[in-house]
Amino acid sequence: MVARARRGAADEPGHGWGTVAKLLEIDGLRTQFLTSAGVIKAVDGISYDVNEGETIAIVGESGCGKSISALSILRLIPNPPGRIVGGSIRFRGRDLLQLSEEEIRNVRGRDIAMVFQEPMTSLNPVLTVGRQLTETLQQHLNMTREQANARAAELLGMVGIAEPERRLKQYPHHFSGGMRQRVMIAMALCCDPKLIIADEPTTALDVTIQAQILELMKDLTRRLGVALIVITHNLGIVARYADRVNVMYAGKIIESGPAAEIYRDPQHPYTLALLRSVPRMDQPRRARLDPVRGQPPDLSRLGDGCAFAPRCGFAVARCSRETPQLAPAGAPGHIAACWESERVSGALKRAS
Amino acid sequence: MSMAPATPAEMSEAGAPPPQAGAATAPRQRLADAPTLITVRNLKMHFPVTEGALFPRLVGQVKAVDGISFAIRKGETLGLVGESGCGKTTTGRCILRLEHATGGEILFDGKNLIDLDRKSMNALRRKIQVIFQDPYSSLNPRMKIGDIIAEPMLVHGTEPDKAARDARVMELLRLCGLDPRFADRFPHEMSGGQRQRVGIARALSVRPEFIICDEAISALDVSIQAQIINLLEDLREQFGLTYLFIAHDLSVVRHLCHRVAVMYLGKIVEMADCDELYGNPLHPYTQALLAAVPIPDPEIEKTRAHHIVKGEVPSPINPPSGCVFHPRCPSAVAECSKSVPEFREVKPGHFVACSVI
Repeated sequence: MVARARRGAADEPGHGWGTVAKLLEIDGLRTQFLTSAGVIKAVDGISYDVNEGETIAIVGESGCGKSISALSILRLIPNPPGRIVGGSIRFRGRDLLQLSEEEIRNVRGRDIAMVFQEPMTSLNPVLTVGRQLTETLQQHLNMTREQANARAAELLGMVGIAEPERRLKQYPHHFSGGMRQRVMIAMALCCDPKLIIADEPTTALDVTIQAQILELMKDLTRRLGVALIVITHNLGIVARYADRVNVMYAGKIIESGPAAEIYRDPQHPYTLALLRSVPRMDQPRRARLDPVRGQPPDLSRLGDGCAFAPRCGFAVARCSRETPQLAPAGAPGHIAACWESERVSGALKRAS
Repeated sequence: MSMAPATPAEMSEAGAPPPQAGAATAPRQRLADAPTLITVRNLKMHFPVTEGALFPRLVGQVKAVDGISFAIRKGETLGLVGESGCGKTTTGRCILRLEHATGGEILFDGKNLIDLDRKSMNALRRKIQVIFQDPYSSLNPRMKIGDIIAEPMLVHGTEPDKAARDARVMELLRLCGLDPRFADRFPHEMSGGQRQRVGIARALSVRPEFIICDEAISALDVSIQAQIINLLEDLREQFGLTYLFIAHDLSVVRHLCHRVAVMYLGKIVEMADCDELYGNPLHPYTQALLAAVPIPDPEIEKTRAHHIVKGEVPSPINPPSGCVFHPRCPSAVAECSKSVPEFREVKPGHFVACSVI
């Protein structure tokens, strides 16, 4: 079970996760931004676990807090205006939020690495690719320059870049977008991390390159036993690569569970609406799409009740008064935060 | 050109979903005998590559668009797909005369747009409008929404009367699913999806016949994309619009388009009716593109073969010899690097540029 209902639903026996070591446990994480428009609750009490070696997807639209929740794990939230105001992030038992600046610096890039969306802006344009790769190795692993260079060449080879020795001496602008993303992955793998957080790793790439990069990440994480958190808005990518899925809306996880279950029988109207709003190449063409009505909410003006209620086709009076909590719905391991999930259940099948 | 409905009642009527049965196939049958609206023949857009800052000299050419031909019938939507740098946007810009094409012809209304003088081109521009990708940079942040939508009418003098123009702005806002009160707001007060609706209202303001949608939904969120796709479809039905739909999202193109052309490195490699292209892709590049799109269903993804094409798009300054796709092509033979494959009709309406099949 990915996100936990706060009252310990994950501790129930029989879900099959008991034997797997928990790598990361996020509990009640809240990140807020203080702006002139008021307090923005970008991440509003999310909880989920990542087991060793598994791939978790966080799905949602822009502004739902998925990137902020990931940046919070490594405490990369700019302060001010942002601040992690509550919760805990336990990585192998240690709460990352309690670490000193120096201790968290040792975690970044070493135990937990990040791959960002825009490979051009996340590489330094005035340093060679080799320098940027060896920097991490020398910093975290105390390697000599020669050792670091050899390891950097090995890493470039591993991510499928030909002639690594020559490429190490080149600058980021000599690399294409796909190649730069391969370099970013090589950097992430530098110190044999246990967890990689990939924030929209392929959004800026073309579809054939996207497929190459995703296959590479899947292959490497499987082979090296690295856990992966993929943040994306692309439902296709999630279906192809993720073991478990967290769906976010307006700063909260609103549905969570094994990928197959979420796609087979979504329990939250937002997930259902997302799945029904995309045209699919494997199905007969529909006369019209079923869009999600209305606009995403303004996070500074969220009131009581379910944030999705104004756009929801299943909403009842209760939805605008009481905020639903994550609770078991559907198959084991599947949870959703919806008062009406019994009515939502099965709706996807009925529609098709 | 059909006229806009006069009353709000009629408009909401038009906004309702069309009858379900056969809605996807009916336009196709009618289209077969519709007249051709625009013909592009052997279009070329070669950009010079220069060296030296003070005395630039020509050292090469980027063949962004290299001899492509297609025709679009009235009421039809042609999808133009391909990866970045394949020349799909440049093709659109050539039709709009935002680039001056270096060869070929573009026939619209019996006139060749490429060698039209400024005055007659301006008159034709009213009939050809564009919807851009980025709704943030394509609206002037200092102009009110109402003024943005009214500007094309001022430029082309279609509604000289201020009251009539204002009424038309209100009508267009309603037509595009926006509250008429938005006319007094500025772009920064709106979300991405709302801004894209403004972009669509602006394109419609001068009652065009042909609209180029250049990645018109790519910048929008998943839930908003479907809204805009439905709006584009409704407007097409209502006003008999013709679209050139430039996009890289293959599942959206399949949903919206009647015919699809696949571009690679400045050339069209395959063109066919939508169902034919997706059901029976012949060119190895089209097959690779389709295989690369993940399907949002883990059950299907588990069993689906993932043939991933190797390598990257080569530099258009120095394209490969023969077939431009041959270095990445899984079915390439020695012949492919030598001769340029002919763009031929292998089945009625299905064109492919590949010598292996």
